[in-house]
Amino acid sequence: MGLPQETLYEKKEDIALDEWFVPIEKKKGEAEAVVRPSLSYWQEAWRNLGKNKLALGALIFLILLIIMAIIGPILSPHSISEQKLINQNQPPSSEYWFGTDSLGRDVFSRTWYGARISLFVGIAAAVIDFLIGVAYGGLSGYKGGRVDHILMRIVEVLYGLPYLLIVILMSVVMGPGLGSIIIALSITGWVGMARIVRGQVLQIKNYEFILASKTFGAKTYRIIRKNLLPNTMGPIIVQMTLTVPSAIFAEAFLSFLGLGIQAPLTSWGVMADEGLSAILTGHWWRLFFPTLFISLTMFAFNVLGDGLQDALDPKLRGGK
Amino acid sequence: MKSYYIKRFVSMLVTLWVIITITFFLMHFTPGSPFNDERTTNEAIQKNLEEQYHLDKPLIVQYGMYLKQIATFDFGISIKKSSQTVNEMIGRGFPVSFELGMVALVVAVISGITLGVIASLKHNGVIDYIAMTIAVIGISIPNFVLATMLIQQFAVNWKILPTATWSSWKHMILPTIALATSPTAIIARLTRTSMLEVLTQDYIKTAKAKGLSPFKIIVKHALRNALLPVVTLLGALAASILTGTFVIEKIFAIPGMGKYFVDSINNRDYPVIMGTTIFYSTILIIMLFLVDLAYGILDPRIKLQKKEG
Repeated sequence: MGLPQETLYEKKEDIALDEWFVPIEKKKGEAEAVVRPSLSYWQEAWRNLGKNKLALGALIFLILLIIMAIIGPILSPHSISEQKLINQNQPPSSEYWFGTDSLGRDVFSRTWYGARISLFVGIAAAVIDFLIGVAYGGLSGYKGGRVDHILMRIVEVLYGLPYLLIVILMSVVMGPGLGSIIIALSITGWVGMARIVRGQVLQIKNYEFILASKTFGAKTYRIIRKNLLPNTMGPIIVQMTLTVPSAIFAEAFLSFLGLGIQAPLTSWGVMADEGLSAILTGHWWRLFFPTLFISLTMFAFNVLGDGLQDALDPKLRGGK
Repeated sequence: MKSYYIKRFVSMLVTLWVIITITFFLMHFTPGSPFNDERTTNEAIQKNLEEQYHLDKPLIVQYGMYLKQIATFDFGISIKKSSQTVNEMIGRGFPVSFELGMVALVVAVISGITLGVIASLKHNGVIDYIAMTIAVIGISIPNFVLATMLIQQFAVNWKILPTATWSSWKHMILPTIALATSPTAIIARLTRTSMLEVLTQDYIKTAKAKGLSPFKIIVKHALRNALLPVVTLLGALAASILTGTFVIEKIFAIPGMGKYFVDSINNRDYPVIMGTTIFYSTILIIMLFLVDLAYGILDPRIKLQKKEG
């Protein structure tokens, strides 16, 4: 468009082409080089994630949180269960950075200890969901036919079970505690992952590279591990990232109802439960710090999950 | 089409049966007995009590008796409060929980869809960013945290709304906001995504070309299609609102069913635990089924696909 072809042509002829276009020096072999460095799927995903400032911020926050969960309780001179009854309900000060609770315990070290428990529950639930869900969904999707039909009927029934009700019932049966919460969360939690993996595998297994792999005589196990799984990793990682905040929420929810973590351990949910009465007496810091960190952590995981969803989606590759 | 719904109905019944069975056996393997407290001293009394509640019979017999009993919608008598039947407890608590849950659900659907539509129309604008930031925050703040923050501000600091209980409309405001915020956020995000997709479709261009007013295009053409994913989510949202009522009822001291449920768990009151769990699950499963039915009615394209598969 723009200028008509002829005028362009005429103008070019006026100028000595050699002055304008100097051929660059060629080295042997360089002619084949691709200008843009070729990026693997993960490098590209990482680059895309880096462009999403909010998601990157969330990732940095989570790394800091993990570090604080490890070293936080050591930083404070007061241990999580140290009770000093003279120092009840002290507001935040240089001695107690986040104040103290009704038993004179240090809210600072309890908050970071709670971070340990919450992160542990969240990550453990995500990993267990991953292991069961990928195996189950992968098998169901890959085998197809009768196997798929039966496995999916089971999933359908489990999917109808109200998640938190089952978690509550399980933690009643196994007695409150860290282990039973994680088991309770995983009993129904893997179903979502299994459905996602099955859907992905169903789609991918008909692609030609799988057929090629089969023609070369690859065994089922090798096809699942080398061909199918790497190509389903995107949605799986997103699902795992989003499992963590819901597990953290479930733990806090249970602990808040008195069915979760028991003393002397503590978690953000327990602290929020204990701090509930404190808002009426004005001891805001007892509720503020645990609930602030529950919310920030869930926020960070949700944002990171959203960011990963965009970064790992092959349809959006190179875009944005 | 019919065979699909029959299949769905059967799987609904199976799910219910699984829930009844799981709850029944879990309850009986739970350590601790309902008669374990200090009041029941005598061994003979304990034996009589166990006989009255059939706890002395083999588990399988108890299970059969229980199945027969709930087939007639009779959930038995509470062990802790022996003057009350579980049906009475549900009858008293459920209307309150239902009212709270329904109000929250309606508020969430209306405000969520409105937010989502506005955000999608102002895509990548300031309003879009504000709406979606609110949405992510809404998802990230647990309902019990929000509830306590609301009480602190509105009831304790500003003293404009009551802190707890359930009597006038003023009492309903804070619990409803606390319960409705996260579903609102979820609906808003979903509505926005699917509106953005629908707005690029050809039939929207056609509608514009015909000279329809923007309002008519959005409401009649775009929204109707964009809401389908939201409808599928309603079942899950109802579930989250329902379980949300446990904590909200605890925080605001609302005399609903959630209170009975949590109390019964702490007391090992088998008939109440079973009755409330089965009741909750039935409601949820029926909701999921209805959502599926509604989905088929709303989107004629679904029918064809299901027929094939």
